Amino acid sequence: MTQENAYPVSKEGLAANGHTLTTVDDDGPATQPNEPAPGLLSRRPVRLLLGLVVPALILVLWQLNSVVGVFSAVQLPPPSAVGTAAVELIERGELWIHIAISTQRVLIGFALGATLGLALGALLGLSRLADALLSPTIGALRAVPSLAWVPLLILWMKIGEDSKVTLILIGAFFPVFTTLFLALRHVDRNLVEAARAFGLKGIRLLTTVQLPAVVPAVFSGLRLALAQAWLFLVAAELIASSLGLGFLLTDSTNNGRTDRIFLAIILLAVIGKTTDALLGIAERWAVRRWT
Amino acid sequence: MLLPGAMELYMSTVLSAQQQAAGKAQPTTADKLALPVTFSALTRSFGSGTSEHVVLRDINLEVRAGEVLAIVGASGCGKSTLLRAAAGLDAPTTGAVLIDGTPVNGIDDRCAVAFQEPRLLPWLSLRANVAIGLPRGTGAAAGKAKVTELLGLVELADFAEHRPREVSGGMAQRASLARALARNPGVLLLDEPFGALDALTRLKMQDLLLDIHRAQPTTVLLVTHDVDEALQLADRIIVLGKSTDPARPGASVTEVLTVPGRRPRDRNSADLGRMRSSLLATLGVKGH
Repeated sequence: MTQENAYPVSKEGLAANGHTLTTVDDDGPATQPNEPAPGLLSRRPVRLLLGLVVPALILVLWQLNSVVGVFSAVQLPPPSAVGTAAVELIERGELWIHIAISTQRVLIGFALGATLGLALGALLGLSRLADALLSPTIGALRAVPSLAWVPLLILWMKIGEDSKVTLILIGAFFPVFTTLFLALRHVDRNLVEAARAFGLKGIRLLTTVQLPAVVPAVFSGLRLALAQAWLFLVAAELIASSLGLGFLLTDSTNNGRTDRIFLAIILLAVIGKTTDALLGIAERWAVRRWT
Repeated sequence: MLLPGAMELYMSTVLSAQQQAAGKAQPTTADKLALPVTFSALTRSFGSGTSEHVVLRDINLEVRAGEVLAIVGASGCGKSTLLRAAAGLDAPTTGAVLIDGTPVNGIDDRCAVAFQEPRLLPWLSLRANVAIGLPRGTGAAAGKAKVTELLGLVELADFAEHRPREVSGGMAQRASLARALARNPGVLLLDEPFGALDALTRLKMQDLLLDIHRAQPTTVLLVTHDVDEALQLADRIIVLGKSTDPARPGASVTEVLTVPGRRPRDRNSADLGRMRSSLLATLGVKGH
């Protein structure tokens, strides 16, 4: 599983998809691989605080720059300027619109792409015929750098919501498709054989063994897809848009508003990290539930 | 010294007590009969043409209903292949496996298998895993009662709601055995079921298997690489081995031994000792 998978999936997801190494001994419960040693570093609040060290350090250096002046204020405005820019945009009621429209595009594109990825991944993962029929085509489409679709999308759908959402859909589709397809192909043969030996076949085999076995992998795929969706959102909005965080970036570049560029980047980081963390919680739950 | 009459009385009391115990432990399965298994001119080869690789050649074997038959042989000699043919997990190239006179064709619901690894579904509790073995069409209440009963039989009643990864290897293997028994099999196929366990756990599991066989006297085909295990558990032992004649590749039955004495047997008896030495010699281990 791990070797064929082109995407670096999370530790939990990997542990769940691969052959779980259960050590057989009778002294106690089978030991889990990759279990962190109990210590200070495994405590949640400690980890959270340590995670904030580097951002705080960056903030300090950033603030220091405005005093020492290594970079000019145009290249690197002080943090306070970014804060002022945020307040200004909030007061004009624009910031929320940018955030809302970007989030909406990501969520719709992600939902559609993930659904399509789940459907096709399941179809090709379970049916040898569908695999033989469709795999080469999907593989070829996947090889096309996604931005190459942009001219075609604009030609077909004009510059509007549809073309942007479609681009995000393409971005979200492949991680979900690939992880589900590979996971279904690598469901532990021993488990499938054991279930078959007890008379399970067809739909019952699918719902009892194959689908539960791939749930953790699906969540890893969804997480990757969401990250891709944000990536493609910015690509779509940079090219042609009048609203959204990507537009805020281009617009600010054109107007020389470096403070707003920083604001947009920080917002993308924070929102992206937040949505990823939410899916991460769901993933951890799924791994606990299904492995 | 007991009088002959008294001895008879004693034996019948023991027997009826055993039957009662068996009846009490297995009220739903007492009616199920153990089934005879016949391997008829079974040959299994993989590949074809020049790359054909014969694993089993011309296996003819009658397994009596209710007996415990151990299958021993060097590793890679096709012991598991033979078992898989009986389970319907694999089809013979030529010949057939007959259970109770009718040929096995595909997965057979008269058989149940326990593998060397527990092969439990990690996302289900032990109870739910055992329930997978229940024959289709078992009612919810009857199924639940049966699973509870079997979990008790394999001493896992307190761990019914645990997940496989939360219990030890031996416990998982017991759950796997209970899952096989849930199928109410006429033939129980065990593929080195204790091979991955430590020595102490293995001895306990062997005793448990004897208890289970008393409670639910099905036909048992036990593949093992452990000669002592075979001597302890089996009524008969067959040895699978390859012929030295290169024109006859593949393993066949080279020896059929009847193990003397009733179970549980004294592990240190001289009879078994001699048999152990001769079996080990057959398997290519000298001087034991």
